[in-house]
Amino acid sequence: MASTAALEVLQTAGRKRASRREWLAVLNRAVRTPRGAIGLSIVGVVVLIAAIGPAFAPYPADAFVTRPFANPSLAFPLGGDVLGRDVLSRTLDGGWQLLLMAAVATLLGVAAGAAFGVTAAYFGGRWDGIIMRTVDIVLAFPQLVFALLLVSILGPKIWLIVLAVAISHAPQVARVTRAAALDICERDYVRAAQIIGMPARQVMRREVLPNLTSVLMVELGLRLTYSILVIAGLSFLGFGLQPPAPSWGYMINENRIGLVANPWGVLAPVLLIAALTIGMNTLTDAIARASLGVGRGADDALLPGITAAGAMT
Amino acid sequence: MTGNGNRTGAPASNGDGAGARTGNGEVQVRLAVEGLQVLRAPSRGRQAVDVVDEISFRVQPGEVLGLVGESGSGKTTMALALLGHVRRGLVIGDGKIIVDGQDILRLSPGELQHLRGRRIAYVPQDPSSALNPTLKVGTQLREVLDFYSSDQKVRDDRMAEMLTEVGLAAVPGILDSYPHQLSGGQQQRVGLAMAFACRPELIVLDEPTTGLDVTTQRRVLETIRDLCRSYQVAAVYISHDLAVVAEIADHVAVMYAGRVGEVGPAREVFTSPAHPYTRGLLRAIPSLTDAHVLVGLAGQPPRPGNRPPGCFFQPRCEFAIPDCEKGQPPLVEVSESGHGARCLRAVEVAGLGRAAGLREVRPASQDAAAPLLDVRNLSATYGPKTVLRDVNFAVPSRQCVAVVGMSGSGKTTLARCLVGLHPTWGGDVFFAGKPLARGIRRRSDDQLRRMQYVSQNPYQSLNPRRTVGQIVEQPLAHFERLPAGERYERVVAALTAAALRESFVDYYPDQLSGGERQRVAIARALILEPDLLVCDEITSALDVSVQASVVELLRGLQAERGLSMIFITHNLPLVRSVADQVVVLNEGVICEAGPVAEVLHSPKDPYTTQLLADVPKLDTPVGEA
Repeated sequence: MASTAALEVLQTAGRKRASRREWLAVLNRAVRTPRGAIGLSIVGVVVLIAAIGPAFAPYPADAFVTRPFANPSLAFPLGGDVLGRDVLSRTLDGGWQLLLMAAVATLLGVAAGAAFGVTAAYFGGRWDGIIMRTVDIVLAFPQLVFALLLVSILGPKIWLIVLAVAISHAPQVARVTRAAALDICERDYVRAAQIIGMPARQVMRREVLPNLTSVLMVELGLRLTYSILVIAGLSFLGFGLQPPAPSWGYMINENRIGLVANPWGVLAPVLLIAALTIGMNTLTDAIARASLGVGRGADDALLPGITAAGAMT
Repeated sequence: MTGNGNRTGAPASNGDGAGARTGNGEVQVRLAVEGLQVLRAPSRGRQAVDVVDEISFRVQPGEVLGLVGESGSGKTTMALALLGHVRRGLVIGDGKIIVDGQDILRLSPGELQHLRGRRIAYVPQDPSSALNPTLKVGTQLREVLDFYSSDQKVRDDRMAEMLTEVGLAAVPGILDSYPHQLSGGQQQRVGLAMAFACRPELIVLDEPTTGLDVTTQRRVLETIRDLCRSYQVAAVYISHDLAVVAEIADHVAVMYAGRVGEVGPAREVFTSPAHPYTRGLLRAIPSLTDAHVLVGLAGQPPRPGNRPPGCFFQPRCEFAIPDCEKGQPPLVEVSESGHGARCLRAVEVAGLGRAAGLREVRPASQDAAAPLLDVRNLSATYGPKTVLRDVNFAVPSRQCVAVVGMSGSGKTTLARCLVGLHPTWGGDVFFAGKPLARGIRRRSDDQLRRMQYVSQNPYQSLNPRRTVGQIVEQPLAHFERLPAGERYERVVAALTAAALRESFVDYYPDQLSGGERQRVAIARALILEPDLLVCDEITSALDVSVQASVVELLRGLQAERGLSMIFITHNLPLVRSVADQVVVLNEGVICEAGPVAEVLHSPKDPYTTQLLADVPKLDTPVGEA
C-alpha cells in the first residue's frame, strides 16, 4: 500500500483545475459551434446597429428633410418616410429602446418565473398547488392580449409595457423551472443540506438554483425573442414610444401605406427585427445543445428533444 | 422450474435458421472471437485509441461464458461488438467474430440486421427501459415472433411455449399488461422470452440481473441456465458481479483495461486465480461464511489512451517485477483445462489460491453500556401504506448494526425516519438518552450534529456545481463560525480521515471516481465529528474493489473514533465483514435480529434462511445451486 499515494499523485495529475462559471462555459461552447457563431454574429450586428446607430444617424430622427416616400438617393440611402423624414436615421435611432425594454422585461420575467418555479418544486404540496394554479390562470391570457389589456387600462407608459411583458413571461418560465427543479430537489445533496437544518431559502439558492443555470439560460434566450416580438408588436399598434420619437415597430405601421412608393420605410425595421429574432433563436438553440454536453456522457441522441426549444417560435 | 418439457427435441424441431453445424464427432464451437479490437475513432486532433484489443475466446453450444470486469473495463463495448454493433464514435479495428463458421463482421448491414434477433439475441441491462412502456407485453412479444414464422398457428404455439419456459405462463393477463404493471423480475423474463423467442444460436446477456433482489436474481439465473442448456445456445454473460458469474458460467474471461486478463473454467479461476487482478477482485468480495478483512485494489483502472507501459495492471500490482514494464505479457497457461492468464507470474499466483493471507475481522467489544440509539415501536407510513411496523432495536455505543432486507422492505424509510427526512412516523426513538423529534426543525443542533447520514448514490449526493472543499465545509459553516484558516484545517482533516488528499479541495465532483465521491460524502459526514453514522446502501453503486476499500475505511474510523453505525444494505455477505449486530427486515417488520455471526450462521427465521440460500456464492459449483 506504500505506493498508493504515489499512484494517486500520478492519476490525479491529469485532472484539470477548471474554474467553473457554468454559464460562461456553456456560452463558450455554444459560440464555438457553427450554429452558435452564426446566431451570435447576427444578434451582434443588430445590437451594434441599435446601440451605436444613434451616434451615426446623418439627420435628426424627427426632422423633415425630404419629401414623403422619397426614393433612395445618395443623400438619403433608404429614402424618405411618410412625413419626409430620413428612413436611415430613424432606423438607426429607433432600435435601442426596443432592445433595452426587451432585455429588462426578459430579465424581470425570468427572475420572477424562476423564483416561483423553484419555490413550487421545493415545497411541493399546497404551495405547489397555489403557485401553479395561479400560473395556469395567467397562462390562459395570450401574451399580447394580456399586455394590451394592461396598457389600454393604465395608458401607454414605458414601465408598464415592460412590466406587462415581464408578467406575461413569468408563468411560462415558472413551468419550465419547476419541472427541472423537481428533479434537482430530489437529489441527495439537497437532502444533505436539509439534514443539517439549513433554512429552505439557503438550500434553494445554494443547492438548487446553480443546477438550473443551463435551463435558465435557454429560457432567457427564448423569452428575449418573445419580448422583442411583443414589444415591437405593441409599438406597431401604437402602444410604446410615442411619435415623433422613432421606433422600429411603429415605423412599420406609419410607413406601410407607402409600401409601393418607398418599401425601405417598412423593410428596414422588418428586416432588423426578423434578423434579431432569428439570430437570438439560433443562438439559444446552440446554447441548449451546448448545455446538454456539459454533463459528462451526454448522448447526441438526446438532442432532438431539446431543439424543440428552437422549434417553438 | 422451466423449460424441462422442451429440453429434448426443441432445437431440432425447428428447421429454419439452424445454420451451419460442424460435424457430429468434433467439438463444436458456436462463437469464436479472434483478436478483436475496438477503437475510438480519431477526431479533431485526438488519436485513435483502442477501447478493447486482443480479445479472443470461444464458446461452445450450451455453454455460458462469464465476461467479468469492473466499470470501464470495456465489457459493454464487447457485448455490443458481439452483435456487430459499436457505440457512436467507436469503430471495430480488427479481428473476427465467428458465429457458426461465419464472420459476422464481414456481413453487410442488411445481413447483420437479419442475423440479430434471429440468430444472435441480446438481453439488455435494464428491462424497464428496454421494453416500450406504451405497448402491451403481448404486442412486443408478437413483434419478435414475426421473424420466427409466417404461420400464425406456429407463432401462437411458440408464444405459449415461450411463456412457460420463462415462467410467465402462470401470470394472469400477462400479454395484456403494460411493462410498468410487471415487477422487475417479470420484466426481465419478458426480455428473456424476446431473446429466446426465435431460438437463437448465440445470446449476449448484459448484466441482466442488476437491480433485482437476490431471490428474483436466483430464479432468473436458473431460467437462463435452463434455456441455454435445453436449446444448446452459446451464451455470453456479462457482469461485474463475480459471485453471480460463479453461479451461472462454465467458463470465465476476466477483463481489465480492455484486455482479457484471465480465462479458464469458472471453478478453477475462482479457486486459484492466476492473474493478480482476478485475485485482487476475489479478495475484495465479502463472504457469508467468514468475516475476513476486505482488501481493496489501490488506484484506478487506466482509461483508454492513458494506459501504462507494459502490463496494464503493473502499476497497481503487488506482484509486479521490473520485467512487467517491458511489454504486454503473453497468455501463460496454468493448467491443461485452458486456464491461463496474461501475467508473467501466473503460475506462481495461481499456486497461492484465493484466500491465502486474508485476515479475520476482530469483533468489537460487547459492552453493556446504555445504547446510543434506542428505537422503540417505530412505525411509518407512506400515504395509506404502512412501511414499517413496530420496529424495535438498539445501536450500542461503538458498534455497527446492519439493517438488511430486500427492496421494499422499508430499510431506506427507516434511515430516513431516523435522520428526520421522513417525519410521519410513530413510536419513540431515544438518541443518547434523549427523545428524538420527528422532523429536522424540531431537533436540537446538538442532535443534528451528532447523527450524520451518508446516502446511497455518490453520483447524486454531491452538488456538481460546488468544489469538494465547499461541499465538505458546508455542515461546519452551518453550525460554527470559524475563521477561514481553521475551517480549512478542519476540511483537510476530514478529507484525510476519509483517505483523500488535500489537493481534492479544488476538484469538482465530476472529476472524481465513484469511490472518491463516496469518500467525499463520508468526509462531509465526519467533519462534525458525529457519534452515529447512518449509511444507506453506500456501496451499492461501487465496484467490489472500491467497495472493499470504503468498507475498510469505515471499519478503521469506527475503531479510531468510537463511531457507531447503522449500515443499511441488501448485500448479506457484506454484513458479515462490516457489522457486529444485524437486523433483518421483511416487509416493514423485523423478522430476526442478533449478533451477525449467529444470525448468518444459524438463522431461525424462514425468511432469513431463504435470503441466505439465494445469495450467489463464489464457491457454489456450477450446476449444483
